Amino acid sequence: MRAFTYQRADSTAHAAAAAVKPGGKIIAGGTNLLDLMKLQVETPSNLIDINRLPLDKIEETPDGGLRIGTLVRNSDLAADPRVRQRYGVLSRALLAGASAQLRNKATTGGNLLQRTRCYYFYDVTKPCNKRNPGSGCAALAGFNRIHAILGTSNQCIATHPSDMAVAMRALDAKVETVNRQGETKVIPIAEFHRLPSRTPEIETSLKPGEIITAVTLPPPPPGVQVYRKVRDRASYAFALVSVAAIVDSTRGRIRSARLAFGGLAHKPWRVAQAEQKLANAPANTATFNTAADAVLEGARGFGGNDFKIPLTRRTLHSVLAEITPT
Amino acid sequence: MDEHGSNTEFNPIEVTRRTVVETGAAALLLTALPRAALAAGPLDDTGPPPPPATVELQINGRSHLLTLDPRTTLLDALREHLALTGSKKGCDHGQCGACTVLIEGRRINSCLTLAVMHDGQSVTTIEGLAEGENLHPLQAAFVEHDGFQCGYCTSGQICSAVGMLAESRQGMPSYVTEVLAHPAAELTDAEIRERMSGNICRCAAYPNIVAAIKQAAEMPT
Repeated sequence: MRAFTYQRADSTAHAAAAAVKPGGKIIAGGTNLLDLMKLQVETPSNLIDINRLPLDKIEETPDGGLRIGTLVRNSDLAADPRVRQRYGVLSRALLAGASAQLRNKATTGGNLLQRTRCYYFYDVTKPCNKRNPGSGCAALAGFNRIHAILGTSNQCIATHPSDMAVAMRALDAKVETVNRQGETKVIPIAEFHRLPSRTPEIETSLKPGEIITAVTLPPPPPGVQVYRKVRDRASYAFALVSVAAIVDSTRGRIRSARLAFGGLAHKPWRVAQAEQKLANAPANTATFNTAADAVLEGARGFGGNDFKIPLTRRTLHSVLAEITPT
Repeated sequence: MDEHGSNTEFNPIEVTRRTVVETGAAALLLTALPRAALAAGPLDDTGPPPPPATVELQINGRSHLLTLDPRTTLLDALREHLALTGSKKGCDHGQCGACTVLIEGRRINSCLTLAVMHDGQSVTTIEGLAEGENLHPLQAAFVEHDGFQCGYCTSGQICSAVGMLAESRQGMPSYVTEVLAHPAAELTDAEIRERMSGNICRCAAYPNIVAAIKQAAEMPT
């Protein structure tokens, strides 16, 4: 681990002012950042600890939604009775991620900002445009079983590893931020994570020194909520494919549907056209197929991850069949 | 391997043997990290050390004031500065659970947090569970059910189980809890396995670990 100075933030403005300086880095749960610092993938020279800031509450919003402080731990968010009652897909997604020890430490904001688990990003002896812009992408022709099939570029085929963010994408969450001038901003989660394009090192729409303070959830949409995660082990593994589904249906007919996918792209993947194919349609194989076609439009495998294309289709079929009883 | 020799407390032969064991274990557990990456040492830096930080930790009921390089993980603070070597360093990347301790009663991976981040907080390690000569019920149950072979993961398993039983009693759900709205989930084998999935046992003593935890879970607290 490279040497750094450590300071404890006493306000978000203080934290933002320190983070905007070269080498400044915010630490919250630290479960991903310290891992990367040990490997010298991340080499901050000043670490700003925000754990003592009062950003760890879950509150009701006037519109019937929830406001989740950025420091709410993943385990506490998953166990919150309101989340369990109204946002089951979020609770399930959180519980599908990492281990209990990590969820006790990992925060809401940190979960959104976690880095890809691409092997080549982690291995500082290999080229990686995300870690070292311009050095190339070792995953393109390398071992790419866990990599993206949608929204890729010839610079980067990494995936975003979060389960939580996939559920939040289906729930149309919003990310609240503040900068060092104290100016607040609300970023729809659809616009929060970016595709790799030509700048895979820029992963979110956050500006330098801008800090996440909370994530808000609008009132839950009607329908049954499901989170399905397909992975190599029964527990404690990242998703190969995951689906957050919220489907409102009655007697074999779908009224409305929301689908967000993990494990497929550099951000949680959601396709409006796929949801339109399901709306006001019979819940049958033909409908599910047209939705899967829309989700997978433009999908491309890189050898090791070709299996994700049929796996996504089958997982979607299975989830939709489960969630739309006749 | 710590090639920079920044840690003079270890005899080099021991470090080499230990490193082989750790790297081998980690490679078996997870394919996610290349072996070269796992070998990076904790303080592998050639530059001048950063200014030290002072931290007060309440460890197993006793106050300890430490002056540490801010890079020191909680695990290294326990093992290298306080000689509390019960907490083990397995992968050092939060993947194996051997370093599990309790902070304010909640289980965490002590390898993935800095000691300075826990100033003023209480830490419970495996050394703090027994009361005098009386083993903690989970320790006794692990002995009774033979919940280990080599024993390297055991302190992490037991600390994790202490935290897990507390979570379960508070009604926290798990991924396999069928109905999320019902807080009190019965600790079936499937629940125990899922809730303990952050603790890897390379000897695969899992059936006995589950049996030990199940027995301890049924005891009054």
